[in-house]
Amino acid sequence: MSEAASIPILTPKDFATDQEVRWCPGCGDYSILAQVQKIMPGLGIARENIVIISGIGCSSRFPYYMNTYGMHSIHGRATAVASGLKAARPDLSVWIVTGDGDGLSIGGNHTIHLLRRNFDVNIMLFNNQIYGLTKGQYSPTSEEQKVTKSTPYGSIDHPFNPLALALGADATFVARTMDRDPKHLQESLVRSHQHKGSSFLEIYQNCNIFNDAAFEPFTEKATKPDNTLFLEQGKPLIFGAQRNKGIKLDGFKPVIVDLGDGAGADDLWIHDERDSNKAQLLVRMFDDPRIDGHLPRPFGVFYETDRPCYEEMMELQLQEVIQSKGAGNLDKLLRGHETWTIS
Amino acid sequence: MSRKEEVLQDVVIKFAGDSGDGMQLTGSQFTNNTALLGIDLATFPDFPAEIRAPQGTLPGVSGYQLRFSSDRIFTPGDECDVLVAMNAAALKTNLKTLKKGGKIIANTDGFDTKNLRLANYPDGINPLEDGSLGNYEVIKMDVTKMTREALKDITMGTKEKDRAKNMFVLGFLYFMYNRDMESTLHFFKEKFGKKADILESNTRALQAGYNFGDTTETFTTTFRVEKAKMEPGVYRSIMGNQALAYGLIAASQKSGLPLFLGSYPITPASDVLHELSRHKAFGVKTFQAEDEIAAITSAIGASYGGLLGVTTTSGPGMALKAEAMGLAVMMEIPLLICDIQRGGPSTGLPTKTEQSDLLQAYYGRNGECPMPIVSASTPSDCFGAVYEAVRIAIQHMTPVIFLSDGYIANGAEPWRFPKSEDLPSIEIKFKTDLGHGEDKFQPYLRDEKLVRPWAIPGTAGLEHRIGGLEKQNITGNVSYDPDNHQLMVKIRQEKVEKIAEYIPEQKLDSGPATGKLLVLGWGSTYGAIKSAVAEMQEEGFEVSHAHLRHLRPFPRNLGDLLKSFDQVLIPEINNGQLIKIIRDQYFVDAKAYNKIMGVPITKTELVMKLKELLAPAS
Repeated sequence: MSEAASIPILTPKDFATDQEVRWCPGCGDYSILAQVQKIMPGLGIARENIVIISGIGCSSRFPYYMNTYGMHSIHGRATAVASGLKAARPDLSVWIVTGDGDGLSIGGNHTIHLLRRNFDVNIMLFNNQIYGLTKGQYSPTSEEQKVTKSTPYGSIDHPFNPLALALGADATFVARTMDRDPKHLQESLVRSHQHKGSSFLEIYQNCNIFNDAAFEPFTEKATKPDNTLFLEQGKPLIFGAQRNKGIKLDGFKPVIVDLGDGAGADDLWIHDERDSNKAQLLVRMFDDPRIDGHLPRPFGVFYETDRPCYEEMMELQLQEVIQSKGAGNLDKLLRGHETWTIS
Repeated sequence: MSRKEEVLQDVVIKFAGDSGDGMQLTGSQFTNNTALLGIDLATFPDFPAEIRAPQGTLPGVSGYQLRFSSDRIFTPGDECDVLVAMNAAALKTNLKTLKKGGKIIANTDGFDTKNLRLANYPDGINPLEDGSLGNYEVIKMDVTKMTREALKDITMGTKEKDRAKNMFVLGFLYFMYNRDMESTLHFFKEKFGKKADILESNTRALQAGYNFGDTTETFTTTFRVEKAKMEPGVYRSIMGNQALAYGLIAASQKSGLPLFLGSYPITPASDVLHELSRHKAFGVKTFQAEDEIAAITSAIGASYGGLLGVTTTSGPGMALKAEAMGLAVMMEIPLLICDIQRGGPSTGLPTKTEQSDLLQAYYGRNGECPMPIVSASTPSDCFGAVYEAVRIAIQHMTPVIFLSDGYIANGAEPWRFPKSEDLPSIEIKFKTDLGHGEDKFQPYLRDEKLVRPWAIPGTAGLEHRIGGLEKQNITGNVSYDPDNHQLMVKIRQEKVEKIAEYIPEQKLDSGPATGKLLVLGWGSTYGAIKSAVAEMQEEGFEVSHAHLRHLRPFPRNLGDLLKSFDQVLIPEINNGQLIKIIRDQYFVDAKAYNKIMGVPITKTELVMKLKELLAPAS
């Protein structure tokens, strides 16, 4: 990778291409693209060392709009392509753009295996809880009973909880953000980049054509404060328009407490991104916001831990073998141990 | 005791036993010992798909056929001279391949009531006792009992002791063929050096087997096969999958492109993954992916990053990779897909050989999706053929399919290995910057070979996006324009066809350049065709043999060559695949000879077919 000092100062515009952006007007993807282009100049990576790999789906058009290296691969396989690229070229900054269909349905297998191997890549999973590019079938994150083109009587599929899935696959960085909160989105992208290892960032993204307002309770000004919980390291879990509600643990059960009701901030659950046990409870705060007494939906970094990255261990193993056995000698290999001569 | 030695020219031994009896190891040890003497050889391992099928049963029989000769040979032989039968099932399944008058070395312990019943012999019938083997020379020995006796001083369980039975048999064969056992003793030390008791039990069993032959007066004759008259040079023994792995390493070293293998275990290709994973000293990166699709797509990622991306598989795996192969065709990046074919369709016959993926390789993808195809014809030819496949992939910026099969993959033969300095160079031209007058990188601007530039991530100023959507000619931007799509389909086709200008013309393996009959083959039928054609020529028939390495595109003179013969015969281990393509491309009324039994074509049956064509019954 080039020295940071030699990188010219770039602006978000330097990361835009001459290709016309072709998402539907009003699509949440526009915001995500804008925030990615905004944070890129600040990362200190030369453009040529950034690669964006996508699969198939609306979100997967993303690489065409980023003036870096990019590959629009095939359905579900962005994570597998990125695994090979990162193993081959650990020096590159690899970003994966995928969706709930691409990354959790057809490509679900590659997603979990990438996470357990912990390649140092960033996954941006655009979750709109619908198949947009194929015009409106339910996805593996669509809620039960959802009526779509392929479920006229309502979906009978139980949906994935993407962050619980990622944690189950031993992801080393698990976070959630949303298209409608640019600042939080930017911060989350930067944190994803800073994490060494696989970063799994779920981004709630509105599909205004086929699944409009799917995340309205979390994104709209009126309902957002009571339905969302923004996680901050070392801070108690507090939410609500008046910041008067908190979460405490009753054994292993998160419960809402009214802060005006005698309960002090001291009793509250203090967020610790490094606590793997609490992370398990936190990702399970996944209540349907339509249900009375539901827990708020957390946003931010749920969990982060350090584990060696696959590509580094792969390099290390090569170096160790070369150190102990010497660099390979082709003639010696071809000759083998036992030969005979015919004269 | 006086004993005479008889010199033989050609011997075929079949080692057969239960899949837990260690027949593959026994056979390969005898093979190495034979190779080191400079005797020509060919092998054919034949084992069940189950790791341990029910003991003693017919499906559980594992075989290893070895032919060795003081002449040049090209097949493991149609019939065997010696059958080692470790149990009744092994005898029953293999007796039909034993020559009349051939020897049976039978382990009597494997013919007890239980084993006879498991091998479906009627109650009270023991073929060793009932005179039914009168046409053969039966050498009976209680291998189990003698092995246990030889190991009586060693403290280990009977079950463990019985594992050395195969080495007793090997020792006996070493006696029979007058061999020095040093190569196997050395192998024991390498393999069991740290396990003193296993080293000791195998060594003692081997020696006991040898001594049994040596001290028993019944064995009055031993046999010797002289060195073969082969081209002068230094030789080693090589198996197909090993040669394939070495070819990949050699191509990586000579091109300077580090090798990345993305692979998912599958029979009979897994040994390539095993072999390559041992050679990290060459900078080889092996990645055991979560499935076949990840295996190829990770290799695509590696190629995109500027490495030599390779994936190895067999037919069912290549079917799963089809969509990703299309992506590589669209992106026009170098990639190698190695298909070690096996019997199909579906799971088919995992451990048996077949050439039935040729049409899959040709046509098995969505859209107009041409890819070059290169095939290997013998175990050692895997080296040169895969090297050539890599050269095409890199120099023509295209995914390439390499075809081998289970017969070649597991077969062994002597190999006059090349020196690295004699291998052809493989030049790489990465695009590193914008050329004179170029203000913007055009990823699909082509050279005279219709090859696009290879610009890898990390190259400043050449940032670009590629993918599976149709490309606009030259710019590589996404395009749905109708004329552009037609143009691009034609260009991708022409690019592959143009490779014919950069590969050698088709040569004849033997026979006149024009005449009555050409036998056209590809892949592992090489040895059988060569041997059958040679026999026909010796008998005065006018027959020629051409064997294809390049299956797509074909060598540019192939059409002319085919039309120089009155008849063309295409033998294949499938239901007629190359023949369809040949008829389609050249309008030649070729005749087929197809065998679809999971085993190679034999010389004998091919000679019969050739005679039928050349001398029709009047």
